[in-house]
Amino acid sequence: MKYDVVVIGGGPAGMAAALKAKENGASVVILERDVRLGGILNQCIHNGFGLHYFGEELTGPEYANRFKVKVEQTDIKVMLESMVLSISADKVVTVLSPKEGLVHIEAKAIVLAMGCRERTAGAITLPGTRPAGIYTAGAAQKISNMDGYLVGKKVVILGSGDIGLIMARRMTLEGAEVKLVLELQPYSSGLKRNIVQCLNDFNIPLHFSHTITRVEGMPRLTGLYYAPVDEKMQPILSEEKYVECDALLLSVGLIPENDLLNGMDVKMSNITSGAVVDEYRMTSMDGLFSCGNVLHVHDLVDNVSEEAEIAGACAAKYALGELDNKGNKYNVNAINGVRYALPQVVYSGEGKVRIFFRVGAEYRNTRLNVKCGDEVLLTKKYQIVAPGEMQHIDLDKSKITGDITLELEA
Amino acid sequence: MGKVDCIVIGGGVVGTLILDELAKTNLNAILLEKENDVASGASRANSGIVHAGYDCVPGTNKAKFNVEGNALMWKLVEELHVPAKQCGSIVVAPKEGLKGIQELYDKGIKNGVKVEILDREKTLKIEPNISKDIEYSLYAPEAGIVSPYKLTIAATDRAILNGAKVVLEANVNKLAYNNGEWTVWSTNGIYKAKYVINCAGAGAARINDLAGACHYETEFRRGDYFVLDSTEGKAVSTVIFPLPTEKGKGILVAPTADGNVIYGPTSVATTEGDTATTLDGFAEIKKNVALTYDKPNFRKIIRTYAGVRTIVGHDFIVEYSDVVPSFIQILGICSPGLSSAPAIAKYVIKLLEEKEEVKYKDDIVQLPKKKKLLELKDDELNALIKENEAWGRIVCRCEKITEAEIVQAIHSPLPATTVDAVKRRTRAGMGRCQGGFCGTRVIEILARETGKTISEIKKDMGESQIAISRIKED
Amino acid sequence: MKRKLETICINCPMGCPLVVEEIDGKIEVTGHTCIRGKKYGEQEFVNPMRVVTTLVLCEDGTAQPVKTSGPVPKDKIFAVTEAVRNIRSSKDTKIGDVIIKDVLGLGVDIIATRDAI
Repeated sequence: MKYDVVVIGGGPAGMAAALKAKENGASVVILERDVRLGGILNQCIHNGFGLHYFGEELTGPEYANRFKVKVEQTDIKVMLESMVLSISADKVVTVLSPKEGLVHIEAKAIVLAMGCRERTAGAITLPGTRPAGIYTAGAAQKISNMDGYLVGKKVVILGSGDIGLIMARRMTLEGAEVKLVLELQPYSSGLKRNIVQCLNDFNIPLHFSHTITRVEGMPRLTGLYYAPVDEKMQPILSEEKYVECDALLLSVGLIPENDLLNGMDVKMSNITSGAVVDEYRMTSMDGLFSCGNVLHVHDLVDNVSEEAEIAGACAAKYALGELDNKGNKYNVNAINGVRYALPQVVYSGEGKVRIFFRVGAEYRNTRLNVKCGDEVLLTKKYQIVAPGEMQHIDLDKSKITGDITLELEA
Repeated sequence: MGKVDCIVIGGGVVGTLILDELAKTNLNAILLEKENDVASGASRANSGIVHAGYDCVPGTNKAKFNVEGNALMWKLVEELHVPAKQCGSIVVAPKEGLKGIQELYDKGIKNGVKVEILDREKTLKIEPNISKDIEYSLYAPEAGIVSPYKLTIAATDRAILNGAKVVLEANVNKLAYNNGEWTVWSTNGIYKAKYVINCAGAGAARINDLAGACHYETEFRRGDYFVLDSTEGKAVSTVIFPLPTEKGKGILVAPTADGNVIYGPTSVATTEGDTATTLDGFAEIKKNVALTYDKPNFRKIIRTYAGVRTIVGHDFIVEYSDVVPSFIQILGICSPGLSSAPAIAKYVIKLLEEKEEVKYKDDIVQLPKKKKLLELKDDELNALIKENEAWGRIVCRCEKITEAEIVQAIHSPLPATTVDAVKRRTRAGMGRCQGGFCGTRVIEILARETGKTISEIKKDMGESQIAISRIKED
Repeated sequence: MKRKLETICINCPMGCPLVVEEIDGKIEVTGHTCIRGKKYGEQEFVNPMRVVTTLVLCEDGTAQPVKTSGPVPKDKIFAVTEAVRNIRSSKDTKIGDVIIKDVLGLGVDIIATRDAI
């Protein structure tokens, strides 16, 4: 099998990338590990998707369906239940599926769109017993929204990430009592809208700067102890409290799922846990592109689609030998409060390049400066910037004459 | 149930290896396990180390069984296709620890163990990542690692193939000896036998009491552990111990037979069944690991667990009771219990030979080697998929486990009936996502294969159902 | 009767803490930074509305996600989830299918948001 562009993952990123690659004249295959396209959106039955991309509010499955319908109208080959086992240095993708067996696909370009996974109880070294009743919010969401079961009736949620907040409302609407949401940080990593509509609407308390000190119960969770934390994030045990519960959902972070790249010579970012990419979303390996949550974790799927379209279009151009770039290559650095900026590499030239960035903490009345050497290329005022909300700026490529630095003004 | 020759109480590594040994002979045997799977106590939560035997007090049961057990282990794991590796171990010490290393060396020689004292330079050749302060080590090339629960499960499976019976969820609550036979009452049936072999681990003292045998005081010590991602697996090539103290062998850094790395255990006095990890324990591991190992990577932790050691006095007890007849009592099998288990099993047969004519069968059925996706060649795999497409369907993406392997585990001689039982047999859910993605798929497959509903499927022991209420119904 | 509402504006990451009060028949919003916040506060005070997304059980036992085709008064959220309790959707349900027409006379339908799986 040979394709111009092999897209790994059939979620929002994979579908958008595949469609753009097709539009640009490439032959395309999508390799999706699940039984249907759509990825995690299929279980995100709440609304709030698509405001930017479609200008209307959709639920997750509806957002996914818009792309799925378009994919079905093209001759993009879709392989379901297809798990990629490896990618070779010469871009042979080895994929396993029940229908086609083990297949080696020769790709001219590859787009990584595998999404992310959730941090687990183990990864955060949750102390106490290891009973039934402790799940990542996404796993509980799948059991609820796909299989139709609840994992508990008295629920505590650790972490105020969006999936946790959404699950607080979901479980409440299904008759569970959500007792508490605990957040280690002094701020929420979730959207304000979700705090209001998922917690406040139902009078669910949210405690900032709190963590779990011990979970109890075997073989089922029966309760847990929690406490406020000091400045060093250490629990203040003298203020420990107990709450009875039979389910604990964890919404404590998402990690790009780049396991496929283990052992490959692809430059990775310690901060995003995704690949380092240029403005075409190409990684340090020629012809290997990355987009969506496998590149960096997004808060809005609309941004995923936009990013994936860049990757898909550029992958097609690369495959067809049309991605010729005559500009000079410069790095984009993030310092002083800016946690990361992406793409990490831009080129001088014509037109504009959009740079996404995320800050490391909540800042009010601050200013972003984009510098090239000592020259300030762009400056922008923010009343508030928070780690939970990705921001972007558009730079004139003609102004780029050296490495770029994004920083917040002290 | 008619009368059998032996009832083995307890499905830990000791009990199941005894059952496996009995199943090779003319004696018929039945094993009673109180939980819904074997390896449900200390045999699932320990360091998985096959100790060389240098640190046991010479002349003790511990020394004897450990050294013999280590020698037996490597053939056993090969026969049973259990992941294991004789990777050697080092006890490392700073300059002032040379005396301690020397003492261990002397004990090792007395116990007949191959040991060698190495300086820093030579130690670095064996383990490049020892901590900067380390000047000496005691190297024991015969030590190694094994998957303790896979050993327990495989021994059980082979025993069943050779005619032994295993009854799960059979918590023994009464024993009586009348007219030359034992009657054992359990939560899952009443059984009669000529001999009772008590290897109930943490519950062994209780079984002794129920049988009217000698009463023993039991101490329990809990040890917390970290499990690290398999990406750390290559960082450690051997088992690294600090110098032992009166509390135990100390906090080690070791590869696991399945390719992860563990840091631990702590050693804290506790009560029976307390496997809850603690913040204090985590802090202690973090502090101590750095003393022996130069490259701890706590960011790669994927799981924590705790195991409980059952301690009865200073030595293992493996003998006939001198109070009640035909009752073999096996108590206090703490460390190095896993290493000793193969030798204890052989010794139990010897004890039975004192009273019975024991003959080994000529036609012992061996476990077939299970196929694993990652070990198959392309054409082998495609042929398998043609026959059964489940070989092409990956369920656990972290560990690359197919639906076929999961179905096989559910239908093995001792069937896996819970999500964790599937996990122990196949590694589905053992990877870095810890079942976040595959857990629900495993539940669906378990429900389908066992004819149960999703809400009946358990995570692990007892009433550990996962999907506890139906939307729009309950 | 005097009524007071404390809430957070959801229009942007600022999350302005709003206080909305009815004083002498006039609704007053305080705490907002921009006009959008004022409008949001007034709406939340007078008649807060929400789109409800929930599940019905499909006849084959899987979960069928649904939503209200438009926002409903906030205090009707639980009435809506209760109204779909005894519905069993068809396993041939397609995205966009109407599951309940004019639910509870609220003027909106319950519609499927995904094909049955």
